[in-house]
Amino acid sequence: MITFDSVNKRYESGQDALVRISLEIGRGELVFLTGHSGAGKSTLLKLLTAIERPTRGSILVAGQNLNRLRNGQIPYYRRNLGIVFQNHQLLFDRSVYDNVALPLSVSGCSKREVGRRVRAALDKVGLLHKERQNPIVLSGGEQQRVGIARAVVNKPAVLVADEPTGNLDPQLSAEIMQLFSDFNAVGVTVMVASHDLELIARMKRRVLTLQAGQLIYDGTPSREAAYS
Amino acid sequence: MEPRAVKQPTPSSARPRRSQRPAPEPKAQRSTGAIAARTGLGDRWRAWLGHHREMAGESLRRFFATPLASGMTALVIAIALALPAALQLGLVNFQRAVAGWDGQPQISVFLHRDAREAAVESFAEELRADADIAEVTYISPEEALAEFQQSSGLGDAMTGLDNNPLPAVLLVRPRDTAEERLEALAERLRDSAMTDAVVLDMAWVQRLAQLTELGRRLSAGLAALLALGVLLVVVNTIRLHIENRREEILVVKLVGATDAFVRRPFLYSGLCYGFFGGLLAWLLVAAGVALLSGPVAGLSSSYGSGYALRGPGPSYLLALTAGAALLGLIGAWLAVARHIKAIEPR
Repeated sequence: MITFDSVNKRYESGQDALVRISLEIGRGELVFLTGHSGAGKSTLLKLLTAIERPTRGSILVAGQNLNRLRNGQIPYYRRNLGIVFQNHQLLFDRSVYDNVALPLSVSGCSKREVGRRVRAALDKVGLLHKERQNPIVLSGGEQQRVGIARAVVNKPAVLVADEPTGNLDPQLSAEIMQLFSDFNAVGVTVMVASHDLELIARMKRRVLTLQAGQLIYDGTPSREAAYS
Repeated sequence: MEPRAVKQPTPSSARPRRSQRPAPEPKAQRSTGAIAARTGLGDRWRAWLGHHREMAGESLRRFFATPLASGMTALVIAIALALPAALQLGLVNFQRAVAGWDGQPQISVFLHRDAREAAVESFAEELRADADIAEVTYISPEEALAEFQQSSGLGDAMTGLDNNPLPAVLLVRPRDTAEERLEALAERLRDSAMTDAVVLDMAWVQRLAQLTELGRRLSAGLAALLALGVLLVVVNTIRLHIENRREEILVVKLVGATDAFVRRPFLYSGLCYGFFGGLLAWLLVAAGVALLSGPVAGLSSSYGSGYALRGPGPSYLLALTAGAALLGLIGAWLAVARHIKAIEPR
């Protein structure tokens, strides 16, 4: 589903953010991306979401070569991608419902369809009863769940999350991770960047670890390895 | 027939269809998400129209949500547009007022005060027969006096006079208006024994034409300059709107909004500012005309004319609102072309 083929990313400042990254993520996989801040996690996600372009190498997502994506095609590419942000990026000038409906109105969904899908997404994250509220009155965990509902409302084939549990306590973090597991269970390819090693170890999923822009680990760690 | 049987729905081919059913529960197989997200052409067209309607309504709501700020911007646009519009209207009125003089020079022949009525009549008949003269209007001293008393407001002073100080006048309209022929005709009239003085208002006619042309160019230049001003006002206002909604622009771009989608609300806002600015400009001009029409009517009646100031009609309303809306749209377009490109997720 996602293929990186010796991808390099050098920023204009001359800093090498990613060095010869090659990886393959299959359809329907759930993968964690870890590493210290500055290791290249965000850069990798930016390449995946077509915010940045690789300096060298190629990236394939669902058979589409991102290098060949023209600027005008980027919006259409992103519609098949669900993105969850650390600071959830909700708009506080509209209701929870309208926040979740955003990707649908952007892609031109009919009103009826929008209502149906938004409610399905909100139901999935357990916030259907809060659709009329302004997200500003919700708790941090709820806000993040609204962000996740917005990411999945378009039924994307790939879900990308950048530190989705960054500001949450362990209990809420576990709930959020469980949500990603649930989406993965119905076939969505999920990539979660996180530095919550304990939580990741408990999930027992494939982990990619970046260090100084290089991929230093790719595998499923045992519980003991995470604690050592 | 046989190959067709192979195409019977198998579990695997039923899967994508399942995700397109009207009400699939979220648990449905999701590997076909990309396909499910695609919508039909008709749906898309309806959604596009719907978004336009929505954005038009939203820009109106935003305009009236901050009435003071929006009103001030619209007023700036209105004042900038009202100026050239008023000048243009003034020009039209001026041309209408002097329409009778336009290119039709007239020779006023003042007759000797002691010329007798009968002699004057026969002189007028003689002139009417002249091949060079199209029309002769006789104004007797009594008529001249009556008109003067009525229109000058000096009626009381005139009644105190013993005798009529005004001479009889023949207004001669020449057939040929070429300058040398006019001069020749004026010379001929001047030579007549009946004539006291001859006034050929040729220079006045030329001056008038030049004055009108000057006014026209002035108003065109002013209009161009102030249109540029309106454009800059809209560009700046929309730039501020874009800055205020930076966050929102970033988010919608990340969830797959095209530039056209992001531009749309701002273009409608520009249109809104322009339209209401134009409407206000028309109201300003109309109010100005209402304010001036009283004095102008008095002034024109003092000149013995029933001239009334013409207000900005529906054509002005249409031109101002449509022109201003267009300016607003162009200004908004300039602003979004520059600033929305610059707001990209980083």
